[in-house]
Amino acid sequence: MTDALEVAGLSHRFGKRAVLEEVGFSVAPGSFTVLLGPNGAGKTTLFALITRLYHATQGRIAVFGRDFRADPQAALARMGVVFQQSTLDLDLTVEQNLRYHAALHGMAGAVSRPLIAAELERVGLLERRGDRARDLSGGQRRRVELARALLHEPALLLMDEPTAGLDFESRGFLLRHVRHLCADRGLAVLWATHLIEEADDAEIVVLRRGRVVAQGRSSDVVADMGAAGLQDAFERLLRVPA
Amino acid sequence: MNAAAYGRCMGGIIGREGLRWVHQRGRFVSALVRPLVWLAIFAAGFRFVLGVSIIAPYETYVPYEVYIAPGLIAMIQLFNGMQSSLSMVYDREMGSMKTLMISPFPRWFLLLSKLLAGVAVSVVQSYIFLAIAWFWEIEPPPTGYLAVLPALVLSGLMLGALGLVLSSFVKQLENFAGVMNFVIFPMFFASSALYPLWRVKESSLTLWWVCQINPFTSATELIRFALYDQVDWVAAFVVSGCALVFMAAAVVGYDPGRGFMARRGAGD
Repeated sequence: MTDALEVAGLSHRFGKRAVLEEVGFSVAPGSFTVLLGPNGAGKTTLFALITRLYHATQGRIAVFGRDFRADPQAALARMGVVFQQSTLDLDLTVEQNLRYHAALHGMAGAVSRPLIAAELERVGLLERRGDRARDLSGGQRRRVELARALLHEPALLLMDEPTAGLDFESRGFLLRHVRHLCADRGLAVLWATHLIEEADDAEIVVLRRGRVVAQGRSSDVVADMGAAGLQDAFERLLRVPA
Repeated sequence: MNAAAYGRCMGGIIGREGLRWVHQRGRFVSALVRPLVWLAIFAAGFRFVLGVSIIAPYETYVPYEVYIAPGLIAMIQLFNGMQSSLSMVYDREMGSMKTLMISPFPRWFLLLSKLLAGVAVSVVQSYIFLAIAWFWEIEPPPTGYLAVLPALVLSGLMLGALGLVLSSFVKQLENFAGVMNFVIFPMFFASSALYPLWRVKESSLTLWWVCQINPFTSATELIRFALYDQVDWVAAFVVSGCALVFMAAAVVGYDPGRGFMARRGAGD
C-alpha cells in the first residue's frame, strides 16, 4: 500500500546551521504516528517543509506517492494541518474562519456548509459557530482548528504540538478524537510532540538534533532498547552521544 | 482545480479582506479622515500661497482643493496598500498567513487574490472620499466618476503590489515605521500630488526629476486625467509596468525557496 507520507533523505539548513540531516520515515494510511522530540529537535522545520512553507532543497517528500516538488498542489489538497501556533483569525467568527478555509480549498458554499456544521458538531462547538474566535478558550480554539483542518476531508493530518498550552481535559479530548479519526476514517496522522504520554501505543519517530534516532512501534522501541518504559527509552535516546 | 474553484478561492480571500475592513473601523475612519484633513485644512491654508496656473487636464483656473483631490485619492490608495502590507506582516507574525500559504492553489494566484482584495477595498474608499469631496465643490463631470474606475484599479494594483513587496522584506512589525519614513512620505511629497511639477522645476531641477520618475506621480496623474474623461497614456504605461514589476518581485519574495521564506528559521 502507498504510504500517506514518505520522507526520505531530507536535510535542511538555515545559513550554516543544519536543522535537519538525512531525515527519513513514513506514515501509513490510517496510522497514528508520533514525531517525538525535545524542543529544538527540528519538528517545526520538518512540518514547514512538509507543508511547503519552506522549500526542501535536499531529499524527498511524497504524499500518497506523489512527489511534493513535482505536484505541490495535489499534495496540499490531500493534507490537513494544525500548526503549533494558532492560525485562526481572531476577529472573525468560528464559522467565518471555517468558510474562509473552505474557500481556500475551492469548496462551494453548498458543499462546505453541511461539512462545517458536521465538523463543529463533532468537536462539540456547533453552538459557538457565531462567536468570534477571540472569545473562545485556548482548548476551544484548538478544537476549531482541528475541525477546520478536516473540513476539506484530507487523508493526511499533520498536527504540530497541538496540545501545547492546553489543560488536561482539552489535551485528552484532542488526543482521543484524533486517534478515533484514524480508526474510524482511516486518516493518517503525524502528531509532533515532546510529551511522552501522547506517544503510548503508537508508531513513533524520535527526532534529536535534526536526526531520526529511533522509529517503529512504541512498544517495539522500548523492547529493542531493553528500557523500563517509553519515558526511559526516550531519555536514553536523548543521552546517546551525537 | 477548475476555474470555478479558482473563483471561489479568490472570492473567499476578497470576502475575508472585506470583513476585516468592516471590523477594523479605525482603519476605515482614518483612511477617510486623513485626506479630508488635508482637504479641509491644508488646502484652505495653502490655496493663496501656491496659486495654480491652467494646466491639463483642467480647462480653467481651478481652486487648490480641486488640484489636490486626485493626489489625495492616490494617497488613500498608497496608505491602503501599505495597510494591506502591514496586515500581511501581522498575519505572518500571528501565524494566520500559514492558512493562506497551505492552500492548494498556486502561490502567485493567492498573492494576486490578496492584491485584488486590497484594491477592491481601496477603490471603495476612494469613491467614498469622492462623495464627501463633492461638498468641497470638487465636482468632476459625471462621466469622470466612471472613467476614473480603471485608473483607480490600475493605481491600486501598483501601490498594493508595492505593499506586498515591502511586506516580503519587512521581517517584523516594528520595522514598519521605517517604511513610513522611507517609502510613504518620500513617495507622497516628491510627486505631483500636492503641487504642480512646473512649480517644483522652478525651485529644483533635481527634485523635479525625482518627481518625474516617481511612479506615485504617474498614479496621481492617471487618476487626475481620468476624473476629467481623459487618458494620460504615459502615466498608464508607467503604472501598469510598475504594477507588473512589483507583483513579480512579490511572487519571488513569497517563494518558499527564495525571498524571505527561505531565510527565516522556524522556532522548533
